Amino acid sequence: MSNKYVGKEVPQADSWLKVTGTLKYAFDTFFPGTLYAKLVTSKYPHAKIKNIDVSEALKVKGVIKVATGKDFPYRLGLYLSDRDVLAVDKVRWIGHPVAAVIADSLEAAEEGAEKVKVDYEPLEPVLTVERALEKDAPLIHEKLGEYRVFPGFHPIPGTNIANLFELKHGDVEKAFQEDDVVIIEETYRLPQISHVTMETQNVLAWWRFDDYVELWTSIQSPFATRFLMADAIGLPVNRIIVHAPPAGGGFGLKAGLGWEPLVALLSKLVGRKPVKLVLSRAEQMTSAPVRDGFIAKVKAGFKRDGRFVAYQADFYLDAGAYADYTINVARTAGYSADGAYDVPNVHVKSYAVYTNKIPTTAMRGFGHPENHWALELTLDRAASVLGIDPVEIRRRNLLKPGESVRATGERVREDEGDPQKVLSVLAQALEPDHVDRPSEPWKVRAKGIALLVKAPSQPPNAGSSAVVKLNEDGTIDVLTGNGSMGQGTPTSLAVIVAEEFGIPLEKVKINQLEMVSTDTNPYTWQTVGSRGLFSDGIALLRAIEDAKNQIKDTASRVFKVPVSDVEVSDGYAFSKSHPWIRKEIKEFAMGYTYPDGTTVGSPVIGRGSYAPVLNTFLDASGHGSNTVFHTYGGTGVELEIDLLTGEVKVLRAIQVYDIGKAIDPLLVKGQMDGGFIMGLGSALYEELKFGEDGRVINPNLINYYVPHFEDMTASMESYMIETPQKDGPLGARGVGEHVMVGVAPAIANAILRATGVKINQLPITAEKLWKAIKEQKPELIEKAQKLFFEEGIKEVQQV
Amino acid sequence: MVVLKMKTISLKVNGITKEITVEDNELLLNVLREKLGITSVKAACWRGECGLCTVLLDGIPVKSCMTLAVETDGKEVITAEGLYSDERAKKLMESFVKHGAMQCGFCTPAFVVTSHYVLTKNPEVDGEELKKELNGVICRCGTYYQIYEAVKDAEKYYKKETKS
Repeated sequence: MSNKYVGKEVPQADSWLKVTGTLKYAFDTFFPGTLYAKLVTSKYPHAKIKNIDVSEALKVKGVIKVATGKDFPYRLGLYLSDRDVLAVDKVRWIGHPVAAVIADSLEAAEEGAEKVKVDYEPLEPVLTVERALEKDAPLIHEKLGEYRVFPGFHPIPGTNIANLFELKHGDVEKAFQEDDVVIIEETYRLPQISHVTMETQNVLAWWRFDDYVELWTSIQSPFATRFLMADAIGLPVNRIIVHAPPAGGGFGLKAGLGWEPLVALLSKLVGRKPVKLVLSRAEQMTSAPVRDGFIAKVKAGFKRDGRFVAYQADFYLDAGAYADYTINVARTAGYSADGAYDVPNVHVKSYAVYTNKIPTTAMRGFGHPENHWALELTLDRAASVLGIDPVEIRRRNLLKPGESVRATGERVREDEGDPQKVLSVLAQALEPDHVDRPSEPWKVRAKGIALLVKAPSQPPNAGSSAVVKLNEDGTIDVLTGNGSMGQGTPTSLAVIVAEEFGIPLEKVKINQLEMVSTDTNPYTWQTVGSRGLFSDGIALLRAIEDAKNQIKDTASRVFKVPVSDVEVSDGYAFSKSHPWIRKEIKEFAMGYTYPDGTTVGSPVIGRGSYAPVLNTFLDASGHGSNTVFHTYGGTGVELEIDLLTGEVKVLRAIQVYDIGKAIDPLLVKGQMDGGFIMGLGSALYEELKFGEDGRVINPNLINYYVPHFEDMTASMESYMIETPQKDGPLGARGVGEHVMVGVAPAIANAILRATGVKINQLPITAEKLWKAIKEQKPELIEKAQKLFFEEGIKEVQQV
Repeated sequence: MVVLKMKTISLKVNGITKEITVEDNELLLNVLREKLGITSVKAACWRGECGLCTVLLDGIPVKSCMTLAVETDGKEVITAEGLYSDERAKKLMESFVKHGAMQCGFCTPAFVVTSHYVLTKNPEVDGEELKKELNGVICRCGTYYQIYEAVKDAEKYYKKETKS
């Protein structure tokens, strides 16, 4: 039977609401009588709060209350409860919320916020990772030892180390000393970057008179939010009702726990009226979390034949003032540091370090853009030193499915995907050895590649569940906890239902009101980590099977055949041995009713759930089994460097992923292209810049530049390899985050290969690249300038 | 203290004329979203940097966060849902749907409105010119390629209109 929907290009289910702008986001949720909250934020990077005077603020017409940290003595966080609701006793970065003003209009709240007077006693700020790790550095979290810590994490109280993860495999020291080992040593860096979700974080909260708390919020994690908030403020979980409309972009920013506890508590404080907080772009980029800053000090050993024999890496994540999610970013960067390669000796230490800067959190692929920046650049450095082709050095070291063992001790599954095929397809498409002439003589054409592998980074019990309900007319309603933020997973889940029942896609409705609500939808841990299609998909297939079994049970009685003889497909229940005995599934939707009214069976409602099988926390050496699937990928770029300006123009992008099964290639291609664009932004433009006092000095979309339409790469090629994942839904794996991981390393590798110039730090702005060329290969610029002048003279002569 | 003056303006929005009382510093964005409940008009920067609040004002795209409501007295505003009744724009929307020219969808209405304007002005718009015209709206999901394809594919519907 050929697939009707699986593998076909199906637009997102909510497309028509999107093109008409009528899809409701949390941002669009209004209630009559809603009050507005405005944050008052710290002007100091590190200071004691001596006094907060709210008297002038309360005189502003429309201002109702001003809340401060003392009003809400709760600790918040996902993996580590290091966050205050509002600053208590001291502030930890410029932008730290100190108070919140609630008023009947946003204007009044803003005016009130300007009139809150805070007296500070400045403390010595800690603004770099290097300073934070010094013995005499001031402590940013004196009570680190008292915070709630998730199992498997290791904060070091009495220091600024929020977490230290260590991975040991083989013996790196011994391997480095072996004969014939070439050593590459480098320090790589990444700056803090902002997710820039177009919909800024916003929450509408109403602490109801019956002591249930209702929230409408732009979020990827309604269930995790509900649990963490209930746990922090001491409410039963089901007293909190989280409504998560589609998010206008997530990218990790909206995972974990956000502003919900604050806004809910504000609602309670003002007499249980609904309160709304919408972050401005500047607040989003100064008071809310961003991606960590990253330093990697690596030492890698390669045999002359290109075999990668030892990898020692120290990772330092600049976590900023809060590390509640970033400790897992650091852990993840650590345990997956060996990437797609079989390296027999690995030693990684990965530190999440507090500084008095903007806090950090998860961002698309977290840990992997970081560790692959170090690893994939190192591979090309080694290739260049050893005189081996970048494709070939990778080919010789790739993990072998069914054979290799990762540094964590986890065996590479046989059905994990085909890394060699990923590399071959990438190399064939890009032809890295064939480089065209540049468009101008003072430019250089270049090609580069990077490979990657990534699994969802999640707790061992990260579960999902799904419900499938048949309606009277045979239409089907599906409920999952999988949220929508543009990735399109709900659509793919609907496609699976239509395919499995053999009914038209139009008959399947997924997640009523295009929303996930904790009161109506079944549990999913979070919509993060590219885990949605896999985890929710497995749960859904189980729910489908359950519903089908109910239909089969009723049908066997009606058909008077054994249950084992009944099959459900193509919209019918039928007898396998007597296929002419069949009825449409709608006949069984509410139980089967005979002409005399006698009914057998009952309304069909299928349930299914999933949790990872035999996953564990990692032990003190970083060993254990903590993944459910891996997706391999490769990125290739062709670009042109203007040697006169340092400007890089990417001409061609190639993305290759072994996704097991492309359930909806239209959406997969969208992810690949979109992820490339985001990767391009982080590679060439994006960087939060800090002033001397640690403040973010570019918190807007002019000075923090994200890719615009004209930055679009002219040619975008996507290749989907389909090596089935045996336990994946229809063989599928996730790919939503992977798509940005390889972009920056591929670009840096192209630059290295064409010019010999090393770039170890993003973003590769024109200025930075020009300076690097000037420093490392000044002759290239001299030659380019000469050619430019010669060309100019020719033109003049022609005139 | 600033003394705000109230003014009643007459504004036609998606075909319906309304009398609205506004403060003289009130933004068109707020009037549309909060007073008229037209939430297809999004905002992501509130200072003219992202283009998500773009609407057609007498047929020309403007950023409603940079437009005072009092300036729009007697004018006509069309937003994405208002374009649904325009047969060509509906085809343009259909093309967006078909090409998967959206992910989270938060910027989509602004792109629909702007590309409708571009195609109305010139249904044979040059590719580079089209990118330039659309450069004022940011899509963080990075669907530029799909939007480009969708708009190019919809040119034919606008060309017909020109001929007849």
